[in-house]
Amino acid sequence: MDPNEGVATRSISRRAFVSGGSALVLGVSWLGCAPGAKRTPNLVKSNEDPLTPRPAQPAPATRAATPARETFAPDAFVRISTDDTVTVVAKHIEMGQGPYTGLTTLVAEELDADWSQMRVVAAPADHDKYKHVHWGVQGTGGSSAIANSYYQMRNAGAAARQMLVEAAAAQWNVPPAEVRVSRGLVVHLDSGQSARFGELVAAAREHPLPENPRLKDPDEFVFIGRELPRIDSAAKSDGSAKFTTDAYRDDMLNVVIARPPKFGASVTSFDASTAEATAGVVAVREVPEGVAVYARDTWSAIQGRRALSVEWNEDDAETRSSEQLLALFRRAAETPGLDAARRGDVDATIAEAGLREDTYVAEAEYAFPYLAHASMEPLDALIEVDPESDGSGVLVSYGCQGPGRDHPAIAKALGLPLDKVRLEVLMAGGSFGRRSQHDSHFANEIAHVFAAQPGQPADRRPTKLLWTRDDDIRGGYYRPMVVHRLRGAMQFDGTLLGWDQTIAAQSFVDEAKRRDGIDRIVVEGASNLAYGTRHLRVSQKIVDVGVPTLWWRSVGHTHTGFAVEAFIDELLEGVGGDPVYGRLRLLTEKPRHHAVLTRVAELANWGRKPAEGSAFGVAVHESFGTVVAQIVEVQEAETPVRRPRVSRVYCAVDCGVAVNPNVIRAQMEGGIGFGLGAALYSEINLEPGGRVREGNFDRYRNLRIDDMPEVDVAIIASNEDPSGVGEPGVPPIAPAVADAWRKLTGERAKRLPFVRNV
Amino acid sequence: MKLNINGEIHDLDLADDIPLLWVLRDQLQLTGTKYGCGIAQCGACTVHVDGRAIRSCVTPASTLEGKEIRTIEGLEGNAAQAVQDAWVADDVPQCGYCQSGQIMSAIALLEANASPSEDEIHDAMRGNLCRCNSYARIRQAVKNAAAARTEGA
Repeated sequence: MDPNEGVATRSISRRAFVSGGSALVLGVSWLGCAPGAKRTPNLVKSNEDPLTPRPAQPAPATRAATPARETFAPDAFVRISTDDTVTVVAKHIEMGQGPYTGLTTLVAEELDADWSQMRVVAAPADHDKYKHVHWGVQGTGGSSAIANSYYQMRNAGAAARQMLVEAAAAQWNVPPAEVRVSRGLVVHLDSGQSARFGELVAAAREHPLPENPRLKDPDEFVFIGRELPRIDSAAKSDGSAKFTTDAYRDDMLNVVIARPPKFGASVTSFDASTAEATAGVVAVREVPEGVAVYARDTWSAIQGRRALSVEWNEDDAETRSSEQLLALFRRAAETPGLDAARRGDVDATIAEAGLREDTYVAEAEYAFPYLAHASMEPLDALIEVDPESDGSGVLVSYGCQGPGRDHPAIAKALGLPLDKVRLEVLMAGGSFGRRSQHDSHFANEIAHVFAAQPGQPADRRPTKLLWTRDDDIRGGYYRPMVVHRLRGAMQFDGTLLGWDQTIAAQSFVDEAKRRDGIDRIVVEGASNLAYGTRHLRVSQKIVDVGVPTLWWRSVGHTHTGFAVEAFIDELLEGVGGDPVYGRLRLLTEKPRHHAVLTRVAELANWGRKPAEGSAFGVAVHESFGTVVAQIVEVQEAETPVRRPRVSRVYCAVDCGVAVNPNVIRAQMEGGIGFGLGAALYSEINLEPGGRVREGNFDRYRNLRIDDMPEVDVAIIASNEDPSGVGEPGVPPIAPAVADAWRKLTGERAKRLPFVRNV
Repeated sequence: MKLNINGEIHDLDLADDIPLLWVLRDQLQLTGTKYGCGIAQCGACTVHVDGRAIRSCVTPASTLEGKEIRTIEGLEGNAAQAVQDAWVADDVPQCGYCQSGQIMSAIALLEANASPSEDEIHDAMRGNLCRCNSYARIRQAVKNAAAARTEGA
């Protein structure tokens, strides 16, 4: 069937054509902002289509840069309009972690704007303008959005401020040094003159962009460190926030793909006759990823896919079960691998320690399952002939976490030069790493389903691609399966004599990109062991498995944080040491660890007796430049299933300058829930033969509200440059719970999750 | 068939088995209601039918003739106002994708039970997944909304 047929008969209400309202530009009007005060945000909604570039947005490289006359656009990041609004162009994707608010805060700070005039839009793919300062390519990840933008965005605000000041000074014929800016007003006190930003737009454009504008000292901060509300809360509380899935076009095709039932399988043949006869189905095409069903609406596409019959070639498929794989990983971890860290002589030290009576020697193994990200919005994208092109360009819009990789991948897959492809980054319904892909597999898939349409490229219909939840849970790109094996020796006085750790894991980093053969994200959090010891070996064993894997919120720290913290607990218990004081003794060279652990112990009033039926547990871990310590209060729940019930979590975090304490707390709370849900319930299992057992939220279980603890967060005051907060809340929670569970029940968690899905 | 959605009658030509979710989204572009799982396990698609919270992803539209369907776009009443105000005041949303469903469940709860206990909040809300794990703020916002209504009454 021709995909150009069949849509004219579609029954659609008037509303579909008139309700194009969107909220791509988000803003909040908020006056008299006392912390905790009731707020009435006033969202500014555009009447334009959510995907249509706005005058306030930067012109993509493919079009002539002609900023609207009424806008002052000093650089790639700041747009000031005659209506006094200041729009920040966010180079990092908003997927819940808060950069829309954080980046806007940094600009507003140096601009001395009023918070009510601040707006934010997403930057499109534009690799020169919007590259990550540390990586050199455009993208978001590693909890680095604020860390890499801290000076860049403040500079942007300060430069715009200086140009406004110079424009005002010239107009008023006064020295620029006498002009001040406060809450969006430019003033000269002696002459009594003042101007709003909007009034200076035309004049400010005539002034040169200063290269090194003066930045504030931390004690001058007005917004940084303050409890500013999220800029996107209102749109996310009334249904108006637009995600990729909410984009609609006239004549749009909806696509789902029948995917191989096992990793590595491919299409042998398929019979599309029943699928093509399904109401609403427009076409069925083979693509490299499987068999794509094109339909006039999502439900028809899903029904069409159900009606397909596909023969799969499983010659190259991964057919081992996860139990078989686990056995392989366990064997691999039995002997040391390639050294990621080594000092002293750990073998001799532990052998000798075993003969001594004042020393405890322990050995342990910890096993971790595959985990899916399962963001609430599964992967999805819209691709269409670029309406701003002559028909030869393509516009792709989706929650793209890595434009620097995906944009060229799409262009290459379509056989187009890069300047013929525009990529708009949309707000994403979660990611946790899933939307950042080393192999751009989803970007390629978007291009493939577009290219597989028949007809001339210029006639292709707008195409929305969706991974259903089944696709998402069964589709791989999991947090890898990992096994840690540890040996250690601790003197009864708490001295850590030696530490030997072998990590058997999959790697998705090309061998050529590993430094001295080490995949840094397999060993991170272990090879840089915080606890002081003279004899250390941390080694890596890479196991090759045909299950695609990916980073998952806090990456290697998801397992290294657990293994290190659980094992230090085993050693401390063996020598009768206190979990907090025993750690502090080993952290004398790590002042930030020492400080957060001390702070969380104060917060939890460590040393008090737990309530009857409760126990406390503790863990501390550094990831992404941020140190987090958590103390948990845990009971044993019996129903509906026996498990640790965590009633309260105390959390201390040192992330440098706390740009927005409100967002930092939210990320700690969310990270704790994310890590706790995985530790309690989550695992992906391959059945014998290689099929994934879990296919939806019924069997791939996550935390629900009744398991969510109360969380108290203390943020360490700091003037150091900010580090990340999106991921570092995750690693400590599982080992802290394991510590408490051990005290409560005598059982040690050796294999996650606590509640096995069998 | 005719469906009453947000007080407006829509005359629609529908497949027998199409779930309400896809009618709301693909036909009417009421996009506040989200797809999350398709099997009533995540609650992202929660809407009200005659005031009760239901999962629109598994509810055939054909069963809803003559009933009042309400989505996040058509909210009215002081429970809705209190809940949405509490959500914004507490900055509950992170990614925000699940929050329409969370809010619809919370409103239905407060319409039926003005002062729910913590257990009652959990019972009403445990069908709504949030992968950002904003649950502590959701729980607090429901309590705050209930308190605001009680004080206002």
